[in-house]
Amino acid sequence: MKIRQVSVFIQNQPGRLLAILEVMEKESINLRALSISESGEFGIVRMIFPDADRGIEALRDAGFTARMDWIVSAEIPDVPGGLLNNVVKPLSEAGINLKYFYASTDATTNKTIVVLKADDLDKADQILTGK
Amino acid sequence: MIRDARYEQMSRGDLDKLQLERLKAMAAYVYDKSPFYQRAMKEKGVAPGDIQTLADITKLPFTSKLDFRDNYPFGLMAVSMDKVVRVHSSSGTTGKPVVAPYTQGDIDTWSDVMARTLATAGVTENDVLQNSYGYGLFTGGLGFHYGAERLGASVIPTGGGNTKRQILLLQDLGTSVITCTPSYSLILNETALDMGVDLRETKLRVGVFGAEPWSDQMRKDIESKMGISAINIYGLTEIIGPGVSTECPYQCGMHIAEDHFLAEIINPDTGKQLPYGEIGELVLTTLTKEAQPVLRFRTKDITSLNPEPCKCGRTHVRMSRITGRTDDMLVVKGVNVFPSQIESVLLDVEGVEPHYLIVVDRQQGFKSDYLEIWVEVSEDIFSDEMSKMEDLEDRLRSEMDSVLAISAKIKLVEPKTITRTEGKAKRVVDKSELPIL
Repeated sequence: MKIRQVSVFIQNQPGRLLAILEVMEKESINLRALSISESGEFGIVRMIFPDADRGIEALRDAGFTARMDWIVSAEIPDVPGGLLNNVVKPLSEAGINLKYFYASTDATTNKTIVVLKADDLDKADQILTGK
Repeated sequence: MIRDARYEQMSRGDLDKLQLERLKAMAAYVYDKSPFYQRAMKEKGVAPGDIQTLADITKLPFTSKLDFRDNYPFGLMAVSMDKVVRVHSSSGTTGKPVVAPYTQGDIDTWSDVMARTLATAGVTENDVLQNSYGYGLFTGGLGFHYGAERLGASVIPTGGGNTKRQILLLQDLGTSVITCTPSYSLILNETALDMGVDLRETKLRVGVFGAEPWSDQMRKDIESKMGISAINIYGLTEIIGPGVSTECPYQCGMHIAEDHFLAEIINPDTGKQLPYGEIGELVLTTLTKEAQPVLRFRTKDITSLNPEPCKCGRTHVRMSRITGRTDDMLVVKGVNVFPSQIESVLLDVEGVEPHYLIVVDRQQGFKSDYLEIWVEVSEDIFSDEMSKMEDLEDRLRSEMDSVLAISAKIKLVEPKTITRTEGKAKRVVDKSELPIL
């Protein structure tokens, strides 16, 4: 399924992630998933909200540089080989290159939610939805 | 057309001879007539007789803008007031204005160099010249006016402002040459378009622009929008006003009127004269001025000199477009760096906003072994993909390296990290003054 992700630019310094989370708390915005990539002096924080519009608005209002992108999310079983057989292998066989991905597991349902960005997003979505 | 072929096409040897002769006379004249220069020369231990070669000019004292201020209004003058026929003045936005008195002889010289400037720019007696430089204390208006009259062009003295009427006159009177600041030419063009007038379809063919810094990119823009040849000129109130140097239609540097002004390039740090071709501070000496002659005026403008005779046939040395002011100059690892160079690199990268900060480690005056450039990340250049952000960093770094000839560290920062100031932005900070993040 294609979903919207909000990314924020931060400097790689103590307190910056805190500042983002404080905005979320203040605005009572729930966070479904989060990942951080860092490169020396700066980082990119990627987030999935139940309501992406509200999330990005709150961050922009707080002065952050933020952007919205389409990515793909897929629900897979939390079993050995789950990621391999349900996501990585089918995409690899279709010649699709992953740009980044992150995941969160819900122990109560034994399901893992994977979100990812690929060079051919529509094709990746088709393949993962077909599974 | 070459107006003063005798002077403008003189061989380098004859020019040197002429300049030496005039420099000797000038040194004797100011020593005799200007108490300010007599004092300054005595302090430096130099007498007029010490000037035997052109290289001896380095024995003479410099004159700075501060000298004009400290001796405001007429402390540098070399004639009595009854010989003065006109006084101009700089705007004085940064303190007391610089006052420029002229004798009748000076007005004649100025008219000649301005007529030459216009002729060099490609203007002839058959042109209709609309002079949109401000008339009054500012040297631009009357300087161009007298020069254009001396050349024999038909002058329309519109001065600045009332832009709609300027467009009307430009059309109805068949203006072929416009003289104004480069930024006013863009206003003229916009107003013309609003009025439904395409300046490319008028008789306008040449623009002679100066009095403010502008870039080659802006020139191309003006030329294509207005359908003209846009000529860059240079001048200063302290020296004479406009008329010090101008481009010819080949647009390959501004020809300095070397029979009237002697140009040097110095290292602004040490004051040492630099050879032709090297970039440094322009220093000008008037060779024929009467009311307020100036020895070795430190212009604070950064340029270089090219003595190769030009394709147009003129032999006078050419100065390159002003690339910055010494006030802004930094020396990083022994290389001169100007904030304007850094800004131009940043602005060339799509989406990069002009919010930047230059961080140096200034333990020794303006010298630094360290250069870091902070660039605010706007939404236009932000990507959710790390590889794209790293590409941006790499691109900025390599563009910066090739323009500055030294390596700079690029630091991408969050918006509003760089303090906004009202008016002139503070672009250079020392490491010790960095905001705490």
